[in-house]
Amino acid sequence: MKAPHVEYRNVQKSYDGRVLVVEDLNLAVETGEFLTLLGPSGSGKTTCLMMLAGFEQATSGAILVNGESVHDLPPDKRGIGVVFQNYALFPHMSVGGNLAFPLEVRRLPAPERAERVARALGLVQLEGFEDRRPAELSGGQQQRVAIARALVFEPGLVLMDEPLGALDRRLREEMQFEIRRIQRELGVTVIYVTHDQQEAMVMSDRVAVFRDGRIEQVAAPETLYEEPERAFVAHFIGENNLLAGTVVGSDGDICVVDTQGGTVHAFDVAGSAPGDEVLLAIRPERVGVQPDGVSADSVSDDSVSDDTGHYANELAAAVVDVVFIGDHLRVRLKVGERDDFIAKIPNIVGHGRVLPGDTVRIGWATLDCRALPPDPTVLQTEDDR
Amino acid sequence: MAAGSPRIRAAGLTIPLIAFIGVTFIAPLGTLLTRSVYDAEVAEILPETRAVLADWDGRGTPSEATYATIGMELLRARDERTLGRAATRINRIQSGLRSVVVKTPRRLGRDLDTDPPSSWREALVAIDDAWAETATWRAIREAGQPFTARHFLNAADLETRPDGSIGAMPETRRIYVPLYLRTLWVSLGVTALCLVIGYPIAHAIAHAGSRWSTTLLVLVLVPFWTSLLVRTTAWIVLLQNQGVVNDILVALGIVADNERIAMIYNMTGTFVAMTHVLLPFMVLPLYSVMRSIPARHMDAAASLGATPMQAFRRVYWPQTLPGVGAGSLLVFILAIGYYITPALVGGQSGQLISNMIAYHMQTSLNWGLAAALAAILLLAVIGLYVLYDRVVGIDRMRLG
Repeated sequence: MKAPHVEYRNVQKSYDGRVLVVEDLNLAVETGEFLTLLGPSGSGKTTCLMMLAGFEQATSGAILVNGESVHDLPPDKRGIGVVFQNYALFPHMSVGGNLAFPLEVRRLPAPERAERVARALGLVQLEGFEDRRPAELSGGQQQRVAIARALVFEPGLVLMDEPLGALDRRLREEMQFEIRRIQRELGVTVIYVTHDQQEAMVMSDRVAVFRDGRIEQVAAPETLYEEPERAFVAHFIGENNLLAGTVVGSDGDICVVDTQGGTVHAFDVAGSAPGDEVLLAIRPERVGVQPDGVSADSVSDDSVSDDTGHYANELAAAVVDVVFIGDHLRVRLKVGERDDFIAKIPNIVGHGRVLPGDTVRIGWATLDCRALPPDPTVLQTEDDR
Repeated sequence: MAAGSPRIRAAGLTIPLIAFIGVTFIAPLGTLLTRSVYDAEVAEILPETRAVLADWDGRGTPSEATYATIGMELLRARDERTLGRAATRINRIQSGLRSVVVKTPRRLGRDLDTDPPSSWREALVAIDDAWAETATWRAIREAGQPFTARHFLNAADLETRPDGSIGAMPETRRIYVPLYLRTLWVSLGVTALCLVIGYPIAHAIAHAGSRWSTTLLVLVLVPFWTSLLVRTTAWIVLLQNQGVVNDILVALGIVADNERIAMIYNMTGTFVAMTHVLLPFMVLPLYSVMRSIPARHMDAAASLGATPMQAFRRVYWPQTLPGVGAGSLLVFILAIGYYITPALVGGQSGQLISNMIAYHMQTSLNWGLAAALAAILLLAVIGLYVLYDRVVGIDRMRLG
């Protein structure tokens, strides 16, 4: 079997010998894959990237590229393209000089250099910018130059460390598609670091969610969103309602959970037994809201329909706040003690409006409610909000 | 209504500074520099002599009337006690004339009232043969001229020949040109040494961890805050014949006790002490420029395939050039006018042009020559500054 393009095996990293910045990392990246390391700042994702680039040494474990350890290779012999957070363009060189630099140190003949520089500039749509200085370019243009420079010597693997962090929102979205286009066009493997989950979702083939030096879950964006396996992932990717509860019964993949607002059925991710504490994660857009007296799953609302038809989830709630967004209404509800339960109601003609102070019944399909292993820190952050 | 536009008011705030610079810097400097070409002392003390000598053709000796005029004026100058000053100035043009000028009225005055000389010429020649020589009269005429190029000629080791042409002095009397060359050479050498030593230090301060960089910066700055005199004398303690360095070398058996190395009171002393004293002026501009170079640049260069050497040469070094330029120019300009350190540790062979200027200001009191020497130094520095501006561009220089 062909070895993965990049493989981390039991990699640990500590700067001071006591605190592990990266603890026991195992990750394989396939050739041509776009993999994103996603996590809050300080979660160790950039360190992972820098160890692969060779700027940091792993404290233990091995990093393999094409099946061979790169431990003894200095960064300049690894042939990995890197796009840095603040681009790290050389200010004393023109754009052409920056792009030609990796070719010059590789002693490529001048005509080929010129050709490759022109091709790389064409790739990022900056034809004719050779003689400009980096300082004369806009942030987005500098970004493109940095990408072109990391690609011009045709590495098979490109690392990007929050390359879009300094750009404004509109430009960032444009560049996300641009980077994705270039990656597909060249077929290079990209490992991309960001703390912006939306960016990760848009660009990646797979996303590795980092937390405190560990990977919580590696999966395709859709899977991460629909099937989070950890409370942290459920909380970090998109918006989620988290309810603490105790398992009182179990039936195959489905478990029965007691919460403060009532008893509900949920998809059992953790493989829990009665008596276990769990966290229930329900997406706001999967929650149906009905005025009191009408059963939520008896109404003809697709978002609440239960495929199995066997388990009904119904809780009593009080409307705290309603915000009109446009395409949907954002309703904040009090369920049990907590008043941060969010429901998104699509703005469909004739949909009944709810008002603050109303007592309502909320419900959702059993498969949309995932019972996850408890995670006190995640609930803590909810409280702090 | 506010008085004046903000710009005018802002300009007004600089008036005290401009006035201060004018009073404390430009005015004294201008006064001193005029002394290099203008000295009316002799013309004021001996006005009539100057007037009659102006008509003299410069051949042979002047007329009897001129002898009479100078005789009378020397007598008057002696009574007014200004004779010494005139004699000193005439002596500078031709040495030996001081005693002639001073003794002439003394001898003349002895019997002037009872027996005025029938021939002033014979009387003066009788007092000293020098009065019969053309060179003496030329020297007096020269001294009487308030505007003169002689200080500059002197400072450039040139002289006016008897036929009026300008030529180089005989080799044995050339002092200043070799001294200027030595000063230039020492300044360049000290600048180069400061760069070689200061560059790694600045690099370490700029890129070491914060705790180390503070320590290193303090180590560079503490000597900077210490009295120049203390620093220089510390080098005497270290480098003298019975000093620490020689003692260690002898103890280690590297040097025999009777062959201790002379490291001070010569050129070595000047070099070592000046490099040490001027090092902060190199380190600080370099440090400030290096600090602004992101460490990521070297990582980026490495990721692009550059070896550490290539990364330094192509990426790091070029970005430090503004600091290198600023530091070098600063050290060089300070070094070229350096006075105290060579005076203390330079001995005979380690003296620089500034020490000669100080000598003429303080000891020989030949302010005209001192001013001319200083003016040449100033012009040289301005010339180098302009050259630097043309080659590197002064706006690329960064002091911090």
